[in-house]
Formats: sequence, structure tokens, C-alpha cells
Amino acid sequence: MRYLPKSPVERQEMLAAIGAKSIDELFSTIPEKYRLREALKIPGPYSEAEVIQYFKQRAAENAAGYASFLGAGVYNHLRSVVTDTIIQRGEFLTSYTPYQAEISQGTLQAIFEFQTLMCQLTGQDVANASMYDGSTAATEAVLMAERLTGRQRVLVARSVHPEYRDVLKTYAKNSGLRIEEIPFATSGTVDVKALQGALKDDVAAVVAQSPNFFGAIESYAPLAEAAHAVGAMLVVAIAEGVSLGLLRPPVEADIVALEAQSFGLPPSYGGPFAGVIAAGERYVRQMPGRLAGQTTDFAGHRGFVLTLATREQHIRREKATSNICTNQALCALAATVHLTLLGKEGLREMAEQNLSKAQFALAELLKIPGVRRTFDAPFFNEFTVALPRSVKIVNSHLLREKIVGPLALGTPYPELTKHALVCVTETMPRGEIERFAGAVKRALEQPV
Amino acid sequence: MNEKIKKASRHTNQNEGLIFEKSSPGKRAFELPPLDVPKAEPAKVLGAPHLREDIEGFPEVSEIEVLRHFTRLSTWNHAIDLGMYPLGSCTMKYNPRVNEFVARLEGIATEHPYQPQELSQGCLRILRLLEQCLLEITGMDAITLQPAAGAQGELTGLLLIRAYLQKQGNPRKRVLIPDSAHGTNPATAVIAGYEVANIKSGAQGQVDIEGLRKMVNEDVAALMITNPSTLGIYEQNLPEIAQILHAKGVLLYMDGANMNALAGITRPGDLGVDVMHLNLHKTFSTPHGGGGPGAGPVAMKKILEPFRPVPILAEKEGGRLALEPVRPDSIGKVKAFSSNFGVLVRALAYILAYGPGVRQATEDAVLNANYIRKQLEGFYDLPYSLPSMHEVVFSDAIQKKNGVNTMDIAKRLIDYGFHPYTTAFPLIVPGALMIEPTESESREECDLFIDAMKSIAEEAATQPEIVKTAPHTTRVRRLDEVAAARKPVLRWKPAAPRSTAAD
Repeated sequence: MRYLPKSPVERQEMLAAIGAKSIDELFSTIPEKYRLREALKIPGPYSEAEVIQYFKQRAAENAAGYASFLGAGVYNHLRSVVTDTIIQRGEFLTSYTPYQAEISQGTLQAIFEFQTLMCQLTGQDVANASMYDGSTAATEAVLMAERLTGRQRVLVARSVHPEYRDVLKTYAKNSGLRIEEIPFATSGTVDVKALQGALKDDVAAVVAQSPNFFGAIESYAPLAEAAHAVGAMLVVAIAEGVSLGLLRPPVEADIVALEAQSFGLPPSYGGPFAGVIAAGERYVRQMPGRLAGQTTDFAGHRGFVLTLATREQHIRREKATSNICTNQALCALAATVHLTLLGKEGLREMAEQNLSKAQFALAELLKIPGVRRTFDAPFFNEFTVALPRSVKIVNSHLLREKIVGPLALGTPYPELTKHALVCVTETMPRGEIERFAGAVKRALEQPV
Repeated sequence: MNEKIKKASRHTNQNEGLIFEKSSPGKRAFELPPLDVPKAEPAKVLGAPHLREDIEGFPEVSEIEVLRHFTRLSTWNHAIDLGMYPLGSCTMKYNPRVNEFVARLEGIATEHPYQPQELSQGCLRILRLLEQCLLEITGMDAITLQPAAGAQGELTGLLLIRAYLQKQGNPRKRVLIPDSAHGTNPATAVIAGYEVANIKSGAQGQVDIEGLRKMVNEDVAALMITNPSTLGIYEQNLPEIAQILHAKGVLLYMDGANMNALAGITRPGDLGVDVMHLNLHKTFSTPHGGGGPGAGPVAMKKILEPFRPVPILAEKEGGRLALEPVRPDSIGKVKAFSSNFGVLVRALAYILAYGPGVRQATEDAVLNANYIRKQLEGFYDLPYSLPSMHEVVFSDAIQKKNGVNTMDIAKRLIDYGFHPYTTAFPLIVPGALMIEPTESESREECDLFIDAMKSIAEEAATQPEIVKTAPHTTRVRRLDEVAAARKPVLRWKPAAPRSTAAD
């Protein structure tokens, strides 16, 4: 087997050195009756060429070649080949969590730079080295707010990503948290009146997302004012990081939960991505996840270490701030490289292109009779439209024209049947947007 | 330089500041295609209050500077690709490059989790085949691939147990955890809403059966056990433990972190285990990447199947696969979207490369650990003498007499060109040296490691200072962790004075 560096003779010599007659002897503590005597029934062994062939065949059964107008928490953005070149360097790819700081300074400094970039983007003081994804970051942000406030009621905007809310519910179920939903207003943003009505001094956190699941941009100040008036914390989730190239960061938030997928990570059928928690400095000791900090060695050289580990499970066990161990380090590195490549101008330009293309797409769709906007709040690269017929039927027509249509909102939001969530990023050429609008028009004109 | 240091020589590397310190206004490393639609004026479209000002301090550098910056940083890391990385419990095996290649294929990396399922059959077939392979390897009945890492797998497993017990009327109160367990076990139990009761290890480092018997009652939901234990010792009494638990309606959770000792040899499902997680970034070779991403599939017996996280991968007529979003008894979702799919792709590529030969990998891993154990016995104290599986745990008891502890020995290993073993874990061994070579090491690499360890043992006896002040050859020396924690500096700030020390 090509991955195993031993010849049969070497194996025999090593056994002899151990004083074992056969390899079986090394497994003698496993009672005979529990030892497998037959070969595992799994395919293989495959040569490298066969492995590649298998996955190429699977790839061909997917959606390659289709134009897609899906976003909803997973975004297609331009990526430089430089990002993949860096993260495939063995020194990054095949290293462990940087506990041994002296031979992990590369990873540690990169994490420190990642934390800095996340702080710069979110307007917060500190950011951690990553969480699994945006959904678990949002969930852990709520748990953090629970620890900080000692309260257990949580108000979550219904305009927060449905899957983020699902994950929060799973984690909350056994920790005593009571989750309540706050409706959205006709603008598509949080219904602030309803929020104020629900807020009492037993609320740990108000959770909102911006741009929210409908693409609508929230105003943070009224949410923060309402939450802070009763001593609750404002948790802001951001699923589309590129928006931060243009939009005001949530400085009013107490905790920010960011999904970094938009920073150089491919959709990859839903993962791996990288979540981030950012917050005010005073909350750092209740933060989950790893943190890299700057320090010096005995000779006075600047260096970096994992720090404040007394929050973490390997030290604190059942008293830890979270059970997270493995995080999404390589994804965070990809985001660091990607954002460094984009730089100040590139990120802003990318954000502006998203805005322009989404505006153009909306204008094209609104030319179609019967298509109208669902909400009137400003949006970034995603918006919601009402169609005069079922989104699923329209989408099945679009598929015939090699277009993956927008997300049908009727499943997660029964009140929004016939509404579609359209995402257009900088990757979508004008011609494809026009072709999409044309295909939607034709689909709506088809006899029922 | 000590002539006994055969593998390593002093590493040349370049100085490199923080990327923010190299920034200069107007530079960029990325250009977009020209905008081909009318430009929207942000202030007009969004309103000025929604717009941000300049991102202060954000990098402005060119492409070559970015490439050099991160390449230089990379040279400050040790890595499997550079040599043995014998971290116990971490299973730092070779990460095959073809796995990286296939995970990046057009049609794999490019797929959106919400695209129609008829256009996702390739992804779903990958998930299905991986499910089948992992079920065959573990001997379990059902599986979920959703959890993002081992700790999340543990949580998923405990939530399954909780839902199952709840369905029977009582979720119970307590989870039993041996004192040798990973810290994630107790931390996870708390999130699942359970109290933790620690079980003391017996004299041989295994679960003390009589002690266990006394603790098992109708208030206990589960026992979380790692097999082989974190001492690298096979838990021979697992079937008996399962019987004791099951007699009181308690479920057996197995932490599969050490599955690299068992794959192809024995199956947890046959040993009475009810539910377990696998760390695909350990046993199944997906890269650790400096700390993640991983994946933590959870395999289970039939009784737990109705509670699996949604969506559920299901086979439909004509062999078509579908993700079913609704299950009445599901514990819900543990992360957004289906899974860390890209990690799962890599794990399947690994399994396909071996096929049933996975067994050979396990045998070689156990062979390497026992070879190292045999050669180092006498040089280092072996606190538990039961046979080792894939890893061996020594202690620093001999070296302590000269004031040298496990951390010192670990740091000195760096000078010899090796990544340290796992230090000071498991907690039940004071001054532990936890060594896991994996199957990826040749005899030559094992011998170099053994030589280095013997040489350090000698140094500890004859010139302990050199060990206590190690490493001597790295870019930075031991770092002041106390200062880092006391006054945390967790980000760069433009106002901070430039450090000249590292330049």
C-alpha cells in the first residue's frame, strides 16, 4: 500500500525486536471472539487514478455547468489561486493545533492576523480563532450571553437564518434556555415594536442577523437600545461577510457571530466553513474557542501563543466555556490569506460589485409583469421577490435552461409561499443575469 | 550542535513582521473583472447611515508580498510533511494529497447545499458510500455525518441518548466519565444537560468494574468511554461493562478518538457499544490544518436511529438519494447545512485507497507504538505495564530526579527535529509522555526518534540544564505564557508601537 512505508521484511524485523512472533500477538488483549476474521466489506483498494476517477464521476452527477442564484448563507465569490496555494503548503495543512508554540509560530501568527482582521471588519475588540460555522458561532454567542447575564430567555429574530435558529434550538433544549421568536416588519427587518414588547429584565440576548435571511439590512442602534434598556445583550449574526466591505459594522452589538465562508471558502456542499465570535474586550474570559495572543520569549523576541486556555475544555473540563476542541483553523487561514489579497480596496470593490449586480438583477426582474418586491428595506446582494406563481414550478422551468433558481421561501416561512430569495454576487456576468430574468419571464408565461 | 542530533540541523528562516506592518496605501493583490452593469451608488441605494467608513489598518499589499508573507510564516511550523509528529491521541498520520485534489474538483467544491437534490446525486452518493464504509468499520446500524468535529459528535451522541431516554419517560441525570478521558467528554456532558460523575481508573488503568457497578443506577444516562483508553490500553472488559450498564438501562458511549487501533481488527458495534463518534481528522487522515476543520460522524445502534439529526440521507426508488428534512423524533440540527462535506470527501478518498487494507494500517500503527515502547523501556518509566495498542504512555519519573520534566523533554525533542509527543496527558499519569507514532512512520524514522529519546534521557542525567532550557534551535525560545494571559494582546492595533525585536 502506497501510504505505508514498511517492507514485509522490516515488519518482521520490528516484530522480532519487540519479541512478538506475529502481528496477532500485539492484539492479544482483544478477546479472540471479538476479532474480525473476515476482510471488511468496503470498496478498494483503489490506485490514485481510480480514486480520482470515482470522484470525477460523482462530480459529473452534480450541478456543474449551471448558473446559480442561490445564496441563503452560502455565497459564491471570486477566489484567488494564491489562497489555495498557501493553504496547501504542508507546513499549514499537516500541522496540529499550535500548542507547541516554538515550532508553530507560523500558524500562531496567522491566527493573530485572522483575529485582527475579524476585529477590523466587525468593529469589535477581540475575536477568536474560529468556531465550526456561523450557526454554531451564533449559538455559542447566545450561551456566552447566558453566562454573562445569568438569564435564560432569548429573543431571536425570525429573520435570522432558519438553520442558525434550528441549531440554537438544539443546543438550548437541555440548557434551560427559552427561545422566542420576534417577527419581521413589512420592511423585512426586525419588528422593533414587537421586540420592545417582548423585552423584560429576564432576557439574556436579542439575536438579529444583518443582512438578514431576506437580505435586508438591519439598523443596529434601535435593537441595541431596546436590548440594553433591560440589561440584555445584542448578538448580531453576519452570514455574508463581504457585506462588511461596505456596510457599517455592528459596533453596537455586544457579541458578533460571523460566518467567514464568503472570505475565500468554496460552497463545498455546505462545509467546511469557519465561524467567528467577536466581542468587547471585557467579555473575553467568557468567550469560547481558542485565542492566540502576543508575548515574548526569554530573549525578548516577539512571539505568539495560545492563551487564556483556562476557559477551555482541556483545562477546565466540565467547567469550560464550551466543549469545542478542533475548530476550523485551515478555513480561517484561507480567510486570512483571501482578505489580505483583497486588501482594503479589493474588499470594498467586491462589495460594491455585489451591490450593483443585485440592484441590476432586481431591476431586470421587476420588469416582468406580476413580479414585485416582498420587502422595502435596503439590501446588499440578496433580495426577496414575490412571484405570481409557485417558486418551485418556476425553478423547474429554469432548470431546463441550466439555471438553478432562487430559494423558495415557502418551506422555512410558510407565510412567504410564492416568495423567492435571489442572490447575485460579483461572479455573475450581466449576460447570465439577463438570461435568468428572461427565463423567469418565460416560466411565468407558461400555461399552468 | 550536539552530534547526536541526526535528523535536524539548525533551521534557517527569514524574519517576517505582521502583514499589517507591511501595508502601504494604494497597494493591492487582487483585481476584479470590470463591472458590467450600471454602478449602484452605495449612499443612494443603502442610505449613508448604513455605510461604513474606512477600515482602519486593513492590509494593503501586493500579490508577491502576500505569497512571501505566508510562505515565510509557514517555514516556522513543524508539520507531518517534515517528519514524525508523535502527538498521542491526535493520530498525526500522512494526509494523502489526492484527497486534497478530489475535494477541490469542479462539481465537488462548487456545489451549493440548497441546489436541487436531482442535481446533487453525486454529493449524496459520496455521503452514502462513506456512511456504508463507516458502518462496516464500526459494526453499527445507523450513522449521521453532520457533526463538525469530535466534540460536536460527542454532543450529538449524548443528545441521541437523552432523546431516547426521554422518549421512555426519563432522560436521567448523570453521565459517568473515567478520569483518563479527554476534557471534551465532561464539557460535552454539561452542554447536553447532564451532571458529570468521574470514575477512578483501576490499578491497571482500566475501568474498575466493581467501582462502576456501585455507580450505575437509574439516574445514570450513559458511560462515556474511550477505547483504547488514553493510556493506549485496550478495554478488555467492554462487553461486560456494556452488560452492567444495559441491565440498568444505561447506554454505552464510545469516544472513537483512538479508532486507529481498532479499524479492521474489531468493531465497537460487536462489543456492546450503543453510540460512538469517529474523528475523521484522526483515523481517516483528513488534515489537521493547524487545528481544523475536522468531522465527527456518529454511529449508533438501531434504538437511537429515530433521533438522528436532520436532514436524513434516504434511498428512494430507482436508487435515487434524498435528504429528508423532517423526522418527528430528531434531536434537530447540530450545524447548518448537511455537514463538513469537504472533509467527508477526503475521508472517503482515504478509505477507498485502502479498501479492506485499512487493517494493515492499524497493524502498522500498533507495531510502531510497540516497537518504540520496547526500545524506550528502561530509559523512561512505564507507569502501566499492560500491552500497548496504537500509543504508549511513559512518565518522567526517572528524569524528574534530575529536575527534568515531561515538558522539558518535549521541548528538547524539537532540537532533535521532532514534534513533541503529547505532554501531561492523560491526567492520571503525573508527568505523562504520550507517544503515538501512527502507521505513517518508517522504521528509519522510528529509529531516529528512539535515538533522540535515548539521547535526551542521557542528557537529563548528565547535563539537565540543556534539556530544561530547550529548545535551542528554534526561531523563538520558550514563550512567556503567563504574561500572555495576564495582559492579553489578542490583535494588532495601528497605534501600537512597532516591535523591532522580531524584525
